[in-house]
Amino acid sequence: MLAFLIKRTANAIFVMLSVSFIAFMIFRFVGDPVELMLNEQATQAQRDALRAKLGLDDPFIVQFTTFVKNAAQGDFGISFRNQQDVLAMIAERFPATFELVIAATLISLIVGIPLGVITAIHRQRWYAETLQFTSIIGISLPSFVVGIGLILIFSVWLGWFPAFGRGETVDLGWWSTGLLTSSGRMSIILPALSLSLFQITLVMRLVRAEMLEVLRTDFIKFARARGIPARAIHFRHALRNCLMPVVTMTAMQIGGLIAFALVTETVFQWPGMGLLFIQAVTFVDVPIMAGYLCIVALIFVTLNALVDITYAVIDPRLRGADK
Amino acid sequence: MTDTRPQTAAAAATVQGRLARFADSDLWWSFKNSKSAVGAATVLAFVIMTAFLAPVLAPQNPYDLAALELWNAELPPVWMQGGQMPFILGTDVQGRDILSGILYGTRISIFIGIASVAVSLAIGLLAGLAAGYYGGWVDNVLMRIGDVLLSIPIILAAILVSSVAQALLPPELREAGIAAVLVLAIALYSWVQYARVVRAQTMVERRKEYVQASRLVGTPGRRLMLKHILPNTLTPVFVAATLNFGLAILIEATLSFLGVGMPPNQPSLGTLIRVGNQYLFSGSWWIVLFPSVQLCILVVAVNMLGDWLRDALNPKLR
Repeated sequence: MLAFLIKRTANAIFVMLSVSFIAFMIFRFVGDPVELMLNEQATQAQRDALRAKLGLDDPFIVQFTTFVKNAAQGDFGISFRNQQDVLAMIAERFPATFELVIAATLISLIVGIPLGVITAIHRQRWYAETLQFTSIIGISLPSFVVGIGLILIFSVWLGWFPAFGRGETVDLGWWSTGLLTSSGRMSIILPALSLSLFQITLVMRLVRAEMLEVLRTDFIKFARARGIPARAIHFRHALRNCLMPVVTMTAMQIGGLIAFALVTETVFQWPGMGLLFIQAVTFVDVPIMAGYLCIVALIFVTLNALVDITYAVIDPRLRGADK
Repeated sequence: MTDTRPQTAAAAATVQGRLARFADSDLWWSFKNSKSAVGAATVLAFVIMTAFLAPVLAPQNPYDLAALELWNAELPPVWMQGGQMPFILGTDVQGRDILSGILYGTRISIFIGIASVAVSLAIGLLAGLAAGYYGGWVDNVLMRIGDVLLSIPIILAAILVSSVAQALLPPELREAGIAAVLVLAIALYSWVQYARVVRAQTMVERRKEYVQASRLVGTPGRRLMLKHILPNTLTPVFVAATLNFGLAILIEATLSFLGVGMPPNQPSLGTLIRVGNQYLFSGSWWIVLFPSVQLCILVVAVNMLGDWLRDALNPKLR
């Protein structure tokens, strides 16, 4: 078990080092940081001083080590564009993205699980087949098209929900939430829906596949023979045995959702990390790009490692696997 | 002159033989009996054909700025009040015909999709074969690279590659090179999947008798890999390639929508949607709606075909 733990952690650290190497390469080779940070009137002496201060004259490997050291302490430098600390800027935007992702995840579970159960139980009925069929469409629809469609229908034509922004937010000191005001709650519905559509179909298909497996097992047959009502069999006994993979997938998908939220955030002008990143890309604001990449990768890698380790704790067979 | 005829006849015979064999195969039978597969294939064939015949079919050349008339700007579709022929689906703010834009845009989207699948297949098959056949450090290095790539969410990786490459390209190459950059940005990520599939299959095949036999008679490693092992690993790759074609079109559209993909003067479907999105609130909904519908139709058709193919080629389900 210890060996597995060490191996898995080493793997995660290796991945993070590689990601920070990519971030560093972007940082180092896209444009000249000195040119981007100083204005055009700067003298050569000023340029050289900044160059030395940024450590751009050091050997490559020293620069990379410094970059990793700083990044590990949360220091990604200063935004080229508005001269603020990158980590502070990202941290300020994090709550918006996090709330959006959590809302989307909840929607996907609340809608996806019952749909999965229904399509599994009534496999032969027309509505189950229709649902299964539409789930392919749900997986294929590009998320930004879904977002635009929702805006067109519910904001432009019906006028029910706001089309952009986060509504009023309440500042809790270290966290600003939009969930405590009614305008904030109205604002999150459309973006969360559009982010969750893909997730809903994924959960639904997974639950359906697992349910079909479980319904074939002996203990379900035995429960039927004992005369337990069908509803209790399906939702109490069978579903409970399907939830483990659903939990795993949900946990692993959260990292991906945080990254993918940048598309939704662009469509709905949602003031999260992703929108910050896309704006940074437009202005080639490299420190923000590098910082965002590292932070999202860190969340992604940590979640995956945690899921793997939890699995190994639960199921000893996985520990020996040649990972 | 005299001996070309029997040759072409023989070639025709083998083509016919192959067709006959295909018509007799399980795959064709399963295709014929799947309504969704036939439907999806028909729609896809129609979309691809109209896209590639765009110069003939389109009422207007959307790249030709001289053909645009500003008084035709923001015309609604023809069935609405104020709509005009030949602008069946209406026009955008520059007086560009939406239908023509869609046909040309679909062509770009499909082209980038095909190119990125081809590039990632080439990389993935070679990497997978090498990793599975040689094992050892080759395997380790290739698969670790794959692990690292897959640990970055795909959309993030594609945005980074595309934006960085565009920033590094010299300005005179930027116009021409952008499609290539997008292809690379997508392929760089998706080869890993093929490599993993082929690697696993190669490791199984490598131990089989036919491989050992042909190694005994002295077949060189490269020939053995490409001629003998590779064909036996292709079935799952084929399924993955179809599904990845849909994914590639989606990613390209997303990148273009976010503004790091195709520029407005060479619009793909994603670019058209990006441009149209700005007029969402001005009431000109047709500028954004029709390209979106076309993109959805295209991707849904590809994915339905891929879904059917996966089931049809899965020996467990037969």
